[in-house]
Amino acid sequence: MTVRNVDIAVLGAGPAGMAAALAAAGGGADTVLIERENHLGGILKQCVHDGFGLLRFGEKLSGPEYAGRFVHMVREAGLAVLTSTFVAAARHDSEESVLMLVDRSGVTELHAKAVVLATGCRERSARQVMIQGTRPAGVMTAGAAQYYVNVLGYLPTTRCVILGSGDIGLIMARRLTLEGAEVLGVFEAKSTPSGLSRNVAQCLDDFGIQLHLSRTVTRIFGDDRVEAVETAAVDEKMRPIAGTEERLTCDGVILSVGLIPENEVGEALGVPMDPVTKGPVMDQNGQTQVSGVFVCGNAAHVNDLVDYVTESGERAGAAAAAFVAGRRTHRLLPLMADSTVLLYAVPQFVDMDAPESGAVVYFRSGEELGVTVVEVTAGGETVARHRYQHLRPPEMERLEIDLNRIPVSAGSLNIGVESAAAAEMTS
Amino acid sequence: MRELTCIVCPNGCSLQVNQDVGPWSITGNLCPRGIEFALKELTNPTRTVCSTARTSFAAARRLPVRTRGEVPLVRVRSVMSEISRLVVDREVRMGDTLIENVAGTGIAVIATADLADLIEGEDCDGRPIRSSD
Ligand SMILES: Cc1cc2nc3c(=O)[nH]c(=O)nc-3n(C[C@H](O)[C@H](O)[C@H](O)COP(=O)(O)OP(=O)(O)OC[C@H]3O[C@@H](n4cnc5c(N)ncnc54)[C@H](O)[C@@H]3O)c2cc1C
Ligand code: SF4
Repeated sequence: MTVRNVDIAVLGAGPAGMAAALAAAGGGADTVLIERENHLGGILKQCVHDGFGLLRFGEKLSGPEYAGRFVHMVREAGLAVLTSTFVAAARHDSEESVLMLVDRSGVTELHAKAVVLATGCRERSARQVMIQGTRPAGVMTAGAAQYYVNVLGYLPTTRCVILGSGDIGLIMARRLTLEGAEVLGVFEAKSTPSGLSRNVAQCLDDFGIQLHLSRTVTRIFGDDRVEAVETAAVDEKMRPIAGTEERLTCDGVILSVGLIPENEVGEALGVPMDPVTKGPVMDQNGQTQVSGVFVCGNAAHVNDLVDYVTESGERAGAAAAAFVAGRRTHRLLPLMADSTVLLYAVPQFVDMDAPESGAVVYFRSGEELGVTVVEVTAGGETVARHRYQHLRPPEMERLEIDLNRIPVSAGSLNIGVESAAAAEMTS
Repeated sequence: MRELTCIVCPNGCSLQVNQDVGPWSITGNLCPRGIEFALKELTNPTRTVCSTARTSFAAARRLPVRTRGEVPLVRVRSVMSEISRLVVDREVRMGDTLIENVAGTGIAVIATADLADLIEGEDCDGRPIRSSD
């Protein structure tokens, strides 16, 4: 076994990890980027559709192009990269993290002063959805279908239904249709789609694919292979309504029922998780509650825009480099989201002693709202406010706050919707 | 009155287009690109087509490709069928042209990845691109 010491280990070479590693190395730290797959790029390698990078590059790039630009930067910077490398075990000691890395040449014990977790997210699978019947071949997640079609070049179904209206499912409805499969419809148990409205428009409407809201798949038929499904309307409590069942003949069921941050290594390092975001509790620079362990991208919370993933990677990488360069004090104020209107807001804490005075808050609303003013208050003062044309749960919103505006006496920050009366006066 | 979703950026504004009287009135757009989108959408809707092409390399079966610009929505199927006949047999790079004028649209189809990067074990095979030691 070899033992190796580095300043910073970045785990995962998707857009978050590549941005973090570039920023960490740019900050003067000896950095290594570790990826379990053969190639850099993360999930973007299989997202051949366009729409990436509008904020970052002002262009609508495909996933591989967006990733490719960062792969080129990683090469130009001469970063140390380990691909096909798994983290078999991890632990955190007081001054460092120790990662047991396994690759084809053997085991390496890597001692890192700081770790950046950029391990992305995984899809909720069939086991996590309540459907009766067997689990024959042909039931797969949308991401798996995307991998079959876009990487392996093989059509996993000729006639399918899509369960759940997440973005990957919508993208795959279009992709499978273009490749000659028949998509019988997208079934969403909730009364509003989970994916972005632009994806409903360009992936379903363009091809006349029906989106069935408040309707779900209740049963799957078939022994070895899917032969049919039963769909039914559901009530507000998501219970199937008797008499509304319909049987559809198909050979595939594509699941697009949500993503969960991937934090196995974070858990091994003892990082406390937020039960709502399913990612680590962190500050505005991705510092988790374990000193020297940072998180970014989809491992922190599920993002819908890769541009924000990159932004979070850059911040975490730079903060990790600063951490390695010298310790400083922290003063954490909790950021509390008004749960009656917001699904969540991150970061969970704002570090008032951070050197940069700008901090970015990301949030999602719990339901669809029209024109809404969202404000951040602290110590009785409004420190940031922004007026949104609409808020929808699928669309993560971004709000910048200036730490200099937070009163010294403030014990917490609160984010919520401005009261109607106040909105009236200021609009 | 027509309802459209602007697909130009992730905001996905819902646009209301009133074509009843006089010049069309368009509301709901957060920026001017929404107007341009609505006018095009109601006259000649266009889309970028993204797909993959077959390759002759066993180690990288598919190369991601897209149209360089937008093609008329009604031509998307013909663009797809021309892409499906394509076989990439050289080590193209991101941005290289694969078809000059796809399905007579005047638009090119380009590679959206470096083929060398897709080949299993190209940089890696357990070895790092560049090791720090
Ligand atoms: C199907 C799909 C469609 C999308 N569409 C859009 C879109 O249209 N526009 C847009 O802007 N965004 C889109 N997104 C979002 C965007 O792609 C993601 O937010 C972004 O890729 C997440 O980046 P990441 O670096 O956090 O994670 P990932 O890209 O998932 O990268 C994580 C990396 O970590 C590696 N890893 C995980 N665990 C370990 C470990 N233990 N050791 C070593 N390596 C590990 C993985 O192999 C992977 O390479 C889409 C996402 C998906 C899945
Ligand atoms: S109108 Fe402007 S802001 Fe709204 S979706 Fe279109 S491009 Fe985006």
